[in-house]
Amino acid sequence: MQRSLYISPDKCTGCLQCEMACSFEHEGTFNPAKSRIKVFTFHSEGRFVPYTCTQCDEAWCKSACPTEAISLDAATGAKMVNDALCVGCKVCTIACPFGTINYNSVTGKVIKCDLCGGDPACAKACPTQAITYIDAEGTGYDRMRAWASRTDNQSAARA
Amino acid sequence: MSWQKKILRVNLTEGTCTPEPLNMEWAADYLGQRGLGTKYLVEEVDPKVDPVSPDNKLIFATGPLTGTAASTGARYSVVTKGALTGAIACSNSGGYFGAELKFAGWDMIIFEGKAPKPVYLYINDDQAELIPADEIWGKSVWETDKILHDRHQDPQLKISAIGRSGEEGVMYACIVNDLHRAAGRSGVGTVMGSKNLKAVAVRGTIGVSVKDPQRFMQTVTEKKKILAGNPVTGQGLPTYGTQVLMNVINEVGALPTRNSSAVQFDGASKISGEAMHEPRASDGKTNLVTNQACFGCTIACGRISRIDKEHYTVKNRPEYWGASGGLEYENAWSLGADCGVDDLDALTFANYICNEQGFDPITFGATLAAAMELYEKGVITDADTGGVKLNFGSAEALTTMAEQVGKNEGFGKILGLGSKRLCEKYGHPELSMSVKGQEFPAYDPRGIQGMGLTYATSNRGACHLRSYTVASEILGIPEKTDPLVTGGKAGLVKAFQDATAAVDSSGLCLFTTFAWTLEDFYPQIDAACEGEWTLERLAQTGERIWNLERQFNLAAGFTAQDDTLPKRMLTEPATSGPAKGKVNGLDQMLPEYYELRGWSKEGVPTSDTLQNLGLS
Repeated sequence: MQRSLYISPDKCTGCLQCEMACSFEHEGTFNPAKSRIKVFTFHSEGRFVPYTCTQCDEAWCKSACPTEAISLDAATGAKMVNDALCVGCKVCTIACPFGTINYNSVTGKVIKCDLCGGDPACAKACPTQAITYIDAEGTGYDRMRAWASRTDNQSAARA
Repeated sequence: MSWQKKILRVNLTEGTCTPEPLNMEWAADYLGQRGLGTKYLVEEVDPKVDPVSPDNKLIFATGPLTGTAASTGARYSVVTKGALTGAIACSNSGGYFGAELKFAGWDMIIFEGKAPKPVYLYINDDQAELIPADEIWGKSVWETDKILHDRHQDPQLKISAIGRSGEEGVMYACIVNDLHRAAGRSGVGTVMGSKNLKAVAVRGTIGVSVKDPQRFMQTVTEKKKILAGNPVTGQGLPTYGTQVLMNVINEVGALPTRNSSAVQFDGASKISGEAMHEPRASDGKTNLVTNQACFGCTIACGRISRIDKEHYTVKNRPEYWGASGGLEYENAWSLGADCGVDDLDALTFANYICNEQGFDPITFGATLAAAMELYEKGVITDADTGGVKLNFGSAEALTTMAEQVGKNEGFGKILGLGSKRLCEKYGHPELSMSVKGQEFPAYDPRGIQGMGLTYATSNRGACHLRSYTVASEILGIPEKTDPLVTGGKAGLVKAFQDATAAVDSSGLCLFTTFAWTLEDFYPQIDAACEGEWTLERLAQTGERIWNLERQFNLAAGFTAQDDTLPKRMLTEPATSGPAKGKVNGLDQMLPEYYELRGWSKEGVPTSDTLQNLGLS
């Protein structure tokens, strides 16, 4: 089963534990500036929205890369950056429609979510289940269930 | 490790920013944040200095766990000699600013002197510079935040600023970061304003490392589970915020009402945490929009609120229609019960103004409550107030006066003095509900006896956050004690004071202590920080900090005479509720407290005590 990160912004409190876990996993330090997942605050609406790579099947970053530094991890579905091949040209950062692959000026390479090899640190660190790691084929089921609970033609038929 | 081992010294008179190594011997004895900031202040500032003179210093201090994955690692403290009190001031704030300062590579900033013209400090990792503040001087905190984000074209910039109150010398100005988190008490923003320092804007990309990463992550993960499983930190605080207390404290008869002339407020339920969840009759929406966490916090007690667009305070004022920082319990009490006002949206609006212009809602509400009592006695008249009727219960009086204090105009200028100076001015010093010049918060010491000793002995003036015995006396944490008795409270207060001083020096939030004890803190500190951190060492660090603060105050001129309560608490019995007929029994607790502390009858630490704590 392939799994996806599934984000429920309504559960996010803006604590940034995900950014801390991500930077710690990848950099060994606590440093949200180097996190692959970012939480955006919409202050006047009182909303906090985590956002990261959705691992496109036909990944535009991968297609755009001139050095074939981006490859598919078949086990997880993650698109992986090979630092040995990445030349820091940043074409992928232009190609990605979602902005989820970004340049790291310290290393001269790009960084993006790699699903931590199938055990994403952000999802484990999230205290409110705003970020979960679930069956990639069922990411809509929560919302389906919510609509299903409001669907009722039996009481109408009985009436 | 965990400390960045670097502080930034900013000489505002000379206009210089100089990095220097953190004194690691002091860090080993005082940990960080409150303790370490105090140590620097004590070493560098004459306790008799005028708080608003260039000779006072203003210290922004993070803790070793600030900016780590430990839950609630958001905190920083501002340490200085307080403008409101003339005592040691240490105001603690969350939000995102403190962690960002740490990520930029700094443990602490020490501001000294006074800038010839208004400036702000801009920090981008190891680069720090003072920039003229012409464009933002005279602006609110909220305007300043927007202008600086635009100017530096950096949405990730974290900003801590004073509003107009701090510039204009309101005695209880705060320093507000991230729009609505504040180093709130004792007039630390007044000191900042006196230095012509408008704001600190910081961007950090360096990050924070810990001593033993694996053990640290394992430990903090375990401790987060304790917070999640605890009914207060896992449910009560995220759902209702600190406002979970409004109905509880009212029921036990310890809700200071109408300037503490009563201990129960009949409008309490209308301004409670539960009320913030109720759809309004007017527009069918709730006051509360969501809860918000500070950086790294897995509790998330912050309130984000919205006022009904048709409410008189914001009608035709769309700038106040968005969601913003809502009511905490202390503010709902000071603006609400203490002034007798039960209009939730009006309180929310007054709270917005406190954030926008940067002044302490506890002191503001309590000062207005004192002024209302003087008005009802006929001492303050319409001639003083410019015709505003300062009656208890008037939402219009509350919101009008909040705006006047924010702009330092009209009667707001007098309210900006704080209740002690205001009541002295009108010849009724006994009506100021303050200790050491600082107004006490939302717990009446007649109904919760331990809080009387807490207020009387708090080093920064009356305060609930120096020893929150409410936890024990009302909530039964860590064990239940009877709020109406004085026996055992001296020991309880001392234990809470020492533990709190340690927690406030770690970089983590005091609210974790509803679920954690020092037993939970020391393993996190030990995994992160150099040296061996044990329970005993942490507890002694707390006691050392308490005594160091006391020494500063004694040298500043405070004496045992100042360890007291307003006469009303000692002579006028509570009129209703479980505490009916009770006054606070401070005289039964204070001598025992001095003895337990190892202080003389005059409240002075003995040489043995100082020696035991390494303070001689």
